Amino acid sequence: MLVMTAIAVVRMRNLFAMVMLSGVFSMLSALLFVTLDAVDVAFTEAAVGAGISTVLMLSTLALTSRRELPSKHSPAVPLFVVIVTGAALIYGTLDMPNFGSPTAPAQVHVAPDYLKRSVHEIGVPNVVTAILASYRGYDTLGETAVVFTAGIGVLMLINGLRRRRRSKDDEDFPEKRGPG
Amino acid sequence: MHHHLILRVITKLLVGTIFLYAFYVQFHGDYSPGGGFQAGAIMAVGFIIYGVVFSLSHVQRVFPPWLVHKLMAIGVLLYAGTGVFSLLTGFEYLDYTAISPQHPESGQHYGILLVEAGVGITVTAVLVAVYYAFAARTPLISDEEW
Repeated sequence: MLVMTAIAVVRMRNLFAMVMLSGVFSMLSALLFVTLDAVDVAFTEAAVGAGISTVLMLSTLALTSRRELPSKHSPAVPLFVVIVTGAALIYGTLDMPNFGSPTAPAQVHVAPDYLKRSVHEIGVPNVVTAILASYRGYDTLGETAVVFTAGIGVLMLINGLRRRRRSKDDEDFPEKRGPG
Repeated sequence: MHHHLILRVITKLLVGTIFLYAFYVQFHGDYSPGGGFQAGAIMAVGFIIYGVVFSLSHVQRVFPPWLVHKLMAIGVLLYAGTGVFSLLTGFEYLDYTAISPQHPESGQHYGILLVEAGVGITVTAVLVAVYYAFAARTPLISDEEW
């Protein structure tokens, strides 16, 4: 299903349908995360990927056109890069432990330690929250700072652009300004 | 979308539920999946859907841009301030035991609550600010185009 949606997005020319399908893609990957028992990640993917980013894409779409222009250069080089990267990734998964294997590094490294300690150290039933906010508090602080910086970046890009354009308009058409 | 009566009525019904759900996800994150990031996203969706269905000026009357911009920073400061508080009381940075040294567990609870609130505030404000920035540039779309 994921692959079919991805192919449909690539083949399509209508940007509106494309945005909707990428929302569908996010929703399907959220379902995949639920199957893998990563409920917190699935939650984030559904809220951010399928919800917010679709809305933001739509509001971007309102600024541009509805249809994608056919590209002029040939797709051979990008296709080659994608195939090589994909093959390397698939080759990499050959070394990964089987799904749900009890000897996988994810099960034997730090996870059992956190599971054992968090009950009496933090006392929070949701271990994901305990790790995210307490054991890995620095990481989460960094993530919040990243979100903040990204927000400021977007604001400066868009508002700054508008201000510059306005002052340029004033230079080009000084007679437009009212007296005084 | 002035004459979409059904959309407007349903949105009015939904917005409250969305906010309630966001608060549930925010403060129940200790016990069930969820936390600041998810709650922030859901909260922002509440404002954005109101802005999409009614208008940008409507939602900006409820949640003015200057407040959004301040909240972006206040969230990060709340998170970092929790860490500074534990530094000042003689613990390591972001060690929530500092909040109640006699009961480390409840200190952890309060600490997690505070930093998650910081995350939630920042995420909400950033997403709403990005939406405002885009929507303010958008020429009004006529209803036929949808």
